[in-house]
Amino acid sequence: MHCSWARALAAVLLAALWVCAAWAAANFPPLTGRVVDSAHILSPVTIADLERKLADLEQKSGIQLVAATVPSLGGEEIEPYANALFRAWKLGEAKKNNGVLLIVAPKERRMRIEVGYGLEGTLTDAVSSLIIANAIAPRFKAGDFNGGMTRGVDDIITALTTDSGEWKPKPADTRAERDPSLLDALAPFLIFLFIMFVLTRIGRRGGGNVVIPMGMGRWGAGGGGFRGGGGFSGGGGSSGGGGASGSW
Amino acid sequence: MPFFSRLRALALLGLIAVSLSACGYNVIPTKEEAAKAAWAEVQNQYQRRADLVPNLVATVQGYAKQEKDVLTQVTEARAKATAIHVDANDLADPEKIKAMQQAQAQLSGALGRLLAVSENYPDLKSNQNFLALQAQLEGTENRIAVARRDYIAAVQDFNTSLRTFPTALWAQSVFRDTKPMVPFTAEAEAQNAPKVKF
Repeated sequence: MHCSWARALAAVLLAALWVCAAWAAANFPPLTGRVVDSAHILSPVTIADLERKLADLEQKSGIQLVAATVPSLGGEEIEPYANALFRAWKLGEAKKNNGVLLIVAPKERRMRIEVGYGLEGTLTDAVSSLIIANAIAPRFKAGDFNGGMTRGVDDIITALTTDSGEWKPKPADTRAERDPSLLDALAPFLIFLFIMFVLTRIGRRGGGNVVIPMGMGRWGAGGGGFRGGGGFSGGGGSSGGGGASGSW
Repeated sequence: MPFFSRLRALALLGLIAVSLSACGYNVIPTKEEAAKAAWAEVQNQYQRRADLVPNLVATVQGYAKQEKDVLTQVTEARAKATAIHVDANDLADPEKIKAMQQAQAQLSGALGRLLAVSENYPDLKSNQNFLALQAQLEGTENRIAVARRDYIAAVQDFNTSLRTFPTALWAQSVFRDTKPMVPFTAEAEAQNAPKVKF
């Protein structure tokens, strides 16, 4: 009786989690590039210009900076929204967490610079707040979204790259040489084959009844995002809520 | 045939090991460690806030000496909050979690009053040092919120594994001493974290 209750509870919890996940995922725009203008407030020239600057930054320093505009925050505050979006997009390298998200919600007149764990020491809260207050907010107030976004991205890049001692080019992608996810994917099959092999050997020797255990665990899929296919995607980084927010 | 029987024993051992891990033997300890790590991050961020307070108090004091009450309240609340340290092994103790949460909520409230009061001093509001501290404080409050959310999720995950199949079998047998952890509860006071508008 007790057990069935627990299982029913678990089923409900799981269903709720799925619903939540689907809801959260549905709310986020897809990561289509380094500039995601889903609120349509930027001109094509600005977008192209920013894309080039951001690609240049990643190429030089390995830092993934993404500028995004969203049509609506769905009634949420910008801080949790930005953090969830950052984590959904997985900006920055998985080990360094060197991603930054500049997000603007024109409907709510809110913006935020969300900083990945690894850059909190370089792009501090105070610096982020200064960039928002001095570079972005005044231009947004005047209705100049293109100018504000460009200036904001410029200032963030300056803040991130001023300390050139920490400038390290991103190492070449060596994933093809030592791809662990392939082995991860194959491991269960190899083990299964091995067990089957042993079992058939035992079975042939007349070893009595043999119970085949059913795998109940989940074989971990390789975490992090994948780069490839020509598109742009996050590298598996995360953020703990560093950065600053502002409004205009 | 000693060789074959030894081989058989070895195969059986490997089979047991594989099926143990496949049936979630590792899940409970793994999730417990994950929840403890999330807790460490919560404490880390609360500590970070506590470290900011003396600087903030000193800066405000320079401009608003007459706000003695508010300043002492903040200092006292900080002393109380830093005195309570909840070890990762105490996470199953609701009393300790509650005590800590109350102390931190008190500090949140005191800081909120301090920032509200400082609105009345234009010189203070335009002081660069104060602005930087304000931004840091705001950022830290947000980090605390994120760390708390992560901890709650980790605890939920861990507690669920104690009560659901198949890991519940392990929880009832091998990990009998493992107790469910206590998540944070949303407190009315805790939600009044200082809000700063620019």
